[in-house]
Amino acid sequence: MTTHSNNTQNIQVGMAIPELELPPVSRATLALYAGASGDHNPMHIDSDFAKKAGMPDVFAHGMLPMAYLGRLLTNWLPQSQLRKFSNRFAAITNIHDVITCSGEVVDITENGDEKIAKLKITAKNQDGVKTLVGEAEVQI
Amino acid sequence: MLDRSKIGTEFESFTTQVEKSRLKFFAKAIGETNPIYFDEAAAQAAGHKSLLAPPTYPFILGMDGPDFLPAVTIFGLNIGGVLHGNQAFEYFTPIYAGDEITVSGKIANVYDAKNGSLDFVDQEYSYTNQDGTLVAKATNTLIYRNR
Repeated sequence: MTTHSNNTQNIQVGMAIPELELPPVSRATLALYAGASGDHNPMHIDSDFAKKAGMPDVFAHGMLPMAYLGRLLTNWLPQSQLRKFSNRFAAITNIHDVITCSGEVVDITENGDEKIAKLKITAKNQDGVKTLVGEAEVQI
Repeated sequence: MLDRSKIGTEFESFTTQVEKSRLKFFAKAIGETNPIYFDEAAAQAAGHKSLLAPPTYPFILGMDGPDFLPAVTIFGLNIGGVLHGNQAFEYFTPIYAGDEITVSGKIANVYDAKNGSLDFVDQEYSYTNQDGTLVAKATNTLIYRNR
């Protein structure tokens, strides 16, 4: 059982949240994600189609690494505290990429009677290229 | 250049059930390790009425519609040129297995860049449960490489 052991009293600007490193993105990963998500866009599962469209190979659905960022956030605090979650897909996540997700508290604000931590969140590949760059707001 | 008169076009709204087996399959596909997302007993022990839909799941529900990418049909796009530019969610109340979610969406804006070689389509979605409660909103941008 995942535990959320953080004492919210100790959440401060500049604090990094625990990273999440994923296994390499394989063709099986993409096939599973296509089936489970209902996104059957052939660019992600059919290398013949992807090459014909000018890509070197199939590549990940953007929503797969975004789901990894979601795991980063819900590993840190319960999802019921997540208020906003967004990202830009800055670079394609290629087949065999090893993605690491990280996040940092950049601001703490009040919204009505809630205390909100704003985070900068990032997914990077094995070469350090930022593939997803985003933000989240979590009630603390 | 994409047809600007399509700005404001609403997608056919639809209602879809949040299925337990699909949530388990999705949890497996994203490598989820927290059992509240795939083990009913663990979810209930953590105070949830059933399996919890993870943060990106509203987008997944949007794939259950009559047309999985309505903008592709509306603008007659070649799917090989479509990229996902950005995605944002705002959450109001949790989505659980067994919920019936009504998905509504529309084309919010259309614009281009790089002398028209890239088109952008902004979309807005809202998700409402069986009690009529707005559970989440989402926005995204599709990028179309048209040459």
